[in-house]
Amino acid sequence: MTPVILAPINIDNHFLLDEIIPELEYISKIKFIIKPLNIDISKAFSEERGQYHSTIILKLMLENLNEENSKVVGIVKNDLFIPVLTYVFGEAQLDGKCSLVSLFRLHEEFYSGNSDKNLLKQRTIKEILHELGHNFGLIHCKDWECVMHSSSSIEEVDIKGIKYCKSCIQIINKKLKS
Amino acid sequence: MEKKNKLLIVDDEEIVRQSLKAWFLEDGYEIDIAEDAEAALRLYEKNKYDLILLDIKMPGMSGMDLLIKLKEFDPDAIIILITAYASVSSAVKALKNGAYDYITKPIDPDELSHVVKNALNQKNLKDENIQLKTSIDEIIKPENLIGDSPKMKEVYSLIHTVSQTDTTVLILGDSGTGKELVAKAIHLNSKRKYFPLVTVNCGALPESILESELFGHEKGAFTGAHYKRKGKFEMANGGTIFLDEIGTISHKVQIELLRVIETKEFMRVGGSETIKSDFRVIAATNENLQNLVNSGQFREDLYYRLNVFNIQLPPLRERGDDVILLADYFLNKFSSAMNKKISSFDEEAIKFMQDYYWPGNVRELENAIERAVVVCHKDKITLDDLPFKVIKNVKEEEPLTERSLEAIEKKHIEKILSENNWNISKSAEELQIDRVTLYNKIKKYGLRKNN
Ligand SMILES: [Zn+2]
Ligand SMILES: [Zn+2]
Repeated sequence: MTPVILAPINIDNHFLLDEIIPELEYISKIKFIIKPLNIDISKAFSEERGQYHSTIILKLMLENLNEENSKVVGIVKNDLFIPVLTYVFGEAQLDGKCSLVSLFRLHEEFYSGNSDKNLLKQRTIKEILHELGHNFGLIHCKDWECVMHSSSSIEEVDIKGIKYCKSCIQIINKKLKS
Repeated sequence: MEKKNKLLIVDDEEIVRQSLKAWFLEDGYEIDIAEDAEAALRLYEKNKYDLILLDIKMPGMSGMDLLIKLKEFDPDAIIILITAYASVSSAVKALKNGAYDYITKPIDPDELSHVVKNALNQKNLKDENIQLKTSIDEIIKPENLIGDSPKMKEVYSLIHTVSQTDTTVLILGDSGTGKELVAKAIHLNSKRKYFPLVTVNCGALPESILESELFGHEKGAFTGAHYKRKGKFEMANGGTIFLDEIGTISHKVQIELLRVIETKEFMRVGGSETIKSDFRVIAATNENLQNLVNSGQFREDLYYRLNVFNIQLPPLRERGDDVILLADYFLNKFSSAMNKKISSFDEEAIKFMQDYYWPGNVRELENAIERAVVVCHKDKITLDDLPFKVIKNVKEEEPLTERSLEAIEKKHIEKILSENNWNISKSAEELQIDRVTLYNKIKKYGLRKNN
């Protein structure tokens, strides 16, 4: 089975990702590897908003990747948006190759001023699995314990589950086999 | 299979249409887009939409005029207007013209998602004409709520009864009996099932944090509060809030809880806006709340508020063969997670599990089997794989004669220590406390190893 690539984009220090790989693999039963990607994402920056347009970063990722069959989850430190919305935690090509997760709003410091490494790890795992799920064609799930439940605020990221529910994992497994 | 909701997005900006379309596709909706009112009308004639998102300001026919027109066709149409800050007043006018709601640009994703979900949930519930379960056999159980014993059947029957109502529920039972599973079952079988079940573990949080956890806080409410934060009661809007270990909360929080349960209104910490939330309360405790009321540690009025309908969960030792059903379930779960081929238990292990006292209930059983699966190297779990050292003593578990918690704690620590031959690390692990705490307790109770 081709592993999923976690691609820290312009992040030198990816110890956070190293640390969460075992849990990602345990939960998803999918193999992950880290492959840093250094690309110029300044094209995606909006002066007016001070944020990066996630759809453009996804396009840049596609242009710069040569892995044939694997799914790639890009990880950025920067705050992301799509036009009309004030921010997004990430974006994925539905039933596609690439997705993107921003760590910017997953830091607890952002909200309460207190740093909480464990919480950051949990949130990062959830967002990676969630966007990856979209790459496997999953849409949002009604089950709040499922990581594919929609979560448009950090509070929702925190209350939803960290695993795929039975029916979501089945869909992923089917995709992996075919 | 549930039917897909169909949305129509009307906006003159291409990039806005595409962004919103991509965003909503992830929700599994079917999406049509239109660049102006005319195109929207053409689509509307041929299709049925569950919801329409409409930019108020467009060249040609305005969103407002389109709203009026669509409402003429179909007075039940759900239309949400998108407006710039500048035109909030016209949005208010739109509400008078029959819009379901309006949102301002740039749109907060949380707000957009809620407005749309609430509207569709309302509509879907109406369409489904939701049939609540008519018999106990039909209740949905969380996967790990397992058991056929008479006592559990009684519990299922209570879950069935109470989930059809909005009544506050108090779940009682020793630790490890699975109170959170009962809460989940009630939620899943209620009309609130599409909204979240929000769990608060009251015992795990210090009072200072508990308040902002429960009620949220405003930006700048305290040092470091850079961003407003919704509390658990707000997150539970439409759904259920599960207050676990309710017996541990302070007097101050008890007063606030009582108020919020009665009024369904509260303010975020540091805020002045009154927030309304429609939630159902389920509380749980392993303590005897009546005793806490008698001794003045728990407010009587709050106790009565919570104890409207109670469900008592039996300890595992009173559940007959459920222990075997559960053991099989956990065996299956852990052996497949660890990729081991262990199919069953040998007779001795089964006999032991049936006779054991299980002071830690289902959780203790789960932990025991997880460990057994780790150490087992055959295709059957044997008694030796189970993490109990002094098995002989176990069956003759003597009834506790002491009444005070301290005396029982002392006795229990003594027992665990001797079972582990006074191995401090192992004993601390089993007692689920750290070694320093264990040393302190040994000192406190003057425990000594007698060869
Ligand atoms: Zn999503
Ligand atoms: Zn799911």
